[in-house]
Amino acid sequence: MTAQQKLIWLFGGILVVLVLASLIGALLSKRAGSERSRATLDNLRARVNAWWVMIVVLAVAFALGKTATLVLFGLVSFFALREFITLTPTRASDYVPLVLAFFVLLPAQYILIGYEQYGTFAIFIPVYGFLLLPAAAAFAGDTQEFLERSSKIQWATMICIYCISYGPALLLLKIPGYEDSNPLLLLYLLLIVQLSDVLQYVFGKLFGRTKLAPRVSPSKTVEGLIGGGLSTTLIGGALAWMTPFTPVQALAISFVIVTLGVLGGLTLSAVKRGLGAKDWGVMIDGHGGMLDRMDSVSFAAPVFFHIVRFFFT
Amino acid sequence: MRLSSFLFTGLVKLLVGAFPRWIGCGPEPVQRIYFANHTSHMDTVAIWAALPIRLRYKTHPVAAKDYWGRGVRRYLATQALRAVLIDRTRSDPNANPLAPLIETLQSGESLIIFPEGTRGASAVPAPFKSGLYHLAAQFPTVQLVPVYLENLHRSLPKGALLPIPLTCTVRFGAPLALAAGETKEAFLERARDAVINLAGAAQA
Repeated sequence: MTAQQKLIWLFGGILVVLVLASLIGALLSKRAGSERSRATLDNLRARVNAWWVMIVVLAVAFALGKTATLVLFGLVSFFALREFITLTPTRASDYVPLVLAFFVLLPAQYILIGYEQYGTFAIFIPVYGFLLLPAAAAFAGDTQEFLERSSKIQWATMICIYCISYGPALLLLKIPGYEDSNPLLLLYLLLIVQLSDVLQYVFGKLFGRTKLAPRVSPSKTVEGLIGGGLSTTLIGGALAWMTPFTPVQALAISFVIVTLGVLGGLTLSAVKRGLGAKDWGVMIDGHGGMLDRMDSVSFAAPVFFHIVRFFFT
Repeated sequence: MRLSSFLFTGLVKLLVGAFPRWIGCGPEPVQRIYFANHTSHMDTVAIWAALPIRLRYKTHPVAAKDYWGRGVRRYLATQALRAVLIDRTRSDPNANPLAPLIETLQSGESLIIFPEGTRGASAVPAPFKSGLYHLAAQFPTVQLVPVYLENLHRSLPKGALLPIPLTCTVRFGAPLALAAGETKEAFLERARDAVINLAGAAQA
């Protein structure tokens, strides 16, 4: 099977799952009795509907090619950064570093990836962004909470631009015997991370008893984590055919992706709640904001990229 | 829909979201004066973009003639947003500066106004100017809807050219009306409080 045929099969498979999810949601809604289960099902329906939109957008970007995929992830970074900065108390004197983050660092990072400048894109934000953003803030002459303000913007750029950009950076890896198949690798990453989130939610709703970290993420349960994490790892192993990995390697790698995804979800949930919010934003109905969907990806993408780059290129 | 307004509202939505929250009323096709806190040049477009399209074309933002009356700004204000321009400087001391607003209301269409008269820098609005009171007294059947724009004061500080992208919610509160015998000062204070109360309203 060519890479393109595999992509078509995979997106077809995802669509079948979505149709089933929509049908199950509709059936459950008919039987919902209590106020609370009705609210849960309304949220479920909103979530599934949002998945339809996200999958269609992703499929269109994949079909259009590398540039479109980079533009899509550039927009994802943009919306994530917008949410992060919205929740972060900045001051008027942070104007210049914020403009730099949105209109210089963000496009530059994706352009560097587009031109396959691995050596540069890997250090651009962690070194140059890290040093220059606070320097630009220093010129404004406002020393109040300077370190706090600087680190907030550094965190925002690292998570929302740098870490997320490792997803589409998978497209530039040169893997022997896997030429022209890189979009599959990106889809594999997104599929494992999001499936893990979804299955943890499903297992949590069905069997959840023990809260994992009630203050950080009230809906996460130990049962959801184990059930969702393990089943996703198994699916990751079974999807080895879409990757350059053997089934055993795929099992191990998807376990790493799932683990990093959980860490990302928890860490960013702690950041979010520390900033006094329940959701990062409102743009994805049922899910919250862009960062509520991308928190796990931001942790899993760089590590997955490094594993593939180190062992398979 | 006009291309210029489509592009303009699209750009503003990309930058600041402009997500509507109908807290005290719904997006109904009745004649209204939307009055809001004013902190940036994007306020007008943000409210306009938050309205459903069918209401947008019956709702005219009010803009200051001394700023929006010339060149590209004039084109954007009058063509893309179909704004009504108001003479803040009162170049003709005998003319009623509210005349263009009254004309629009008489034709049955709605207005967006910023009763502070100028842009402030904080999250809480400055005291209101009296225009809102005069319009309320003259048009008792028009609904007065308080609107709170969140976050825009951080996005485009006075003097800045490029807006910082931030998620802005546009909160629409419950309509008020001028009470019988209510003084101008009491009414303006009540209207301002209605906007301030929306600032603290829970995000729905």
